[in-house]
Amino acid sequence: MLQKIYDWIDERVDITPLWRDIADHEVPEHVNPAHHFSAFVYCFGGLTFFVTVIQILSGMFLTMYYVPDIENAWRSVYYLQTEVAHGQIVRGMHHWGASVVIVMLFLHTLRVFFQGAYKKPRELNWMVGVSIFFVMLALGLTGYLLPWDNKAYFATQVTLEIAEGVPYIGEMAKTLLSGDPEIVGAQTLTRFFAIHVFFLPAALFALMGAHFILIRKQGISGPL
Amino acid sequence: MKKGKGMEFVGDSRITADKKKFIPKDYSEYPGKTEAFWPNFLLKEWLVGAVFLVGFLCMTVAHPAPLEKMADPTDAAYIPLPDWYFLFLYQLLKYEFASGPYNVIGAIVIPGLAFGALFLAPFLDTGSKRRPIQRPISTTLMFLGIISVIWLTWEAASHVEWETRAEENKPVLEQEVDINTEDPGYAVYEQSCISCHGENLQGGAAAPSLIGIEYDVDEIKDIAVNGINTMPADQFEGSEEELQQLAEFIVSVNEEAE
Repeated sequence: MLQKIYDWIDERVDITPLWRDIADHEVPEHVNPAHHFSAFVYCFGGLTFFVTVIQILSGMFLTMYYVPDIENAWRSVYYLQTEVAHGQIVRGMHHWGASVVIVMLFLHTLRVFFQGAYKKPRELNWMVGVSIFFVMLALGLTGYLLPWDNKAYFATQVTLEIAEGVPYIGEMAKTLLSGDPEIVGAQTLTRFFAIHVFFLPAALFALMGAHFILIRKQGISGPL
Repeated sequence: MKKGKGMEFVGDSRITADKKKFIPKDYSEYPGKTEAFWPNFLLKEWLVGAVFLVGFLCMTVAHPAPLEKMADPTDAAYIPLPDWYFLFLYQLLKYEFASGPYNVIGAIVIPGLAFGALFLAPFLDTGSKRRPIQRPISTTLMFLGIISVIWLTWEAASHVEWETRAEENKPVLEQEVDINTEDPGYAVYEQSCISCHGENLQGGAAAPSLIGIEYDVDEIKDIAVNGINTMPADQFEGSEEELQQLAEFIVSVNEEAE
């Protein structure tokens, strides 16, 4: 049955090459921890992706309760944390996942760096990867404000002051982020919410897509 | 039809006119023991992922995500603290050479150089050698970078009293409780308790809030006379009747708050 559905679609859209691109390839010996245990260092990239998936899913469920408005943001998080079934676990996954993903990205970056795997022909993919790191840090930064507790509020105030310190574009950047040249308030929260939930994930998906296409196109770097 | 870089396609499809297909190497042509990604290797990855997920969930259950009090922009005493992975930048901005008039150095120049070099690493380290020992400059610079990030993070984190901080900022749901200041109990409260527990029973630096406590009248009477935890004994000054009024008043506020 499944085979027939596959054949029906394949006849019309020729999906076999696509399938081949995604899954039908060889894993060389030097990256396989079953053959060389030290090859576990190659797991960090995959684990980064895994935690990113956790972040996306838990984040989607968090938005079912979260209200991006200064009156209700904290209350909605408090309610989620104390009243909603498993709310504490879902928020916990998103909170700790944010830290774990940074750790995994850091380890993955170090693996690629110390193996010199960014050298020709993989320069572009290295830059895409570093951009993913920056986007992830920005996601952490914007997500930090959303619970609207004291730590969120005052850390964001400091961040915005740092942004203001940038020569020439500082004040514009601050106004763009916080919605007002002076006040860190209602506008700031909605903007950070939009950036955290729409703008940065869009950038992240595009970059991750490019990262994976390039890996499949170029193959994994050879043994040292 | 000829398109970009000499590729020929059939019509406007992505099927190349050139019949020669890209044929990947046979398994036997790879050196060493290769393994099919699907399904063999993916199954192993799946297992590693499952173990990782169990560990991750254990951590999540053991340590609930922290939440502090609702943001209060008027709280001038609050010391801001970023998430741990920004602590190194936060620490950098504390040094004299990177703050005040030199803020641009700490906020833009140093991080910009470091992360810019990371971003452009393939163009700064262009040799063909890959082993870390064969490219000492980039390896040394990376180690210096890692060590300074770890050291700055440590410097910032070791000065924070995490437990006191968490204790002081515990979340409280601020309920709007109408406190009846006409109550005779409130008059007694004003005399003995208000200096520490505050005008609205909200608590203060030296004493906790009296809203949301689970004591009954007799227990409150006992605490008022004998103290509890850091509260010393004999805080209450007045008659037995006033003590009763006070305890009943506090209980009534708590009942209303529920």
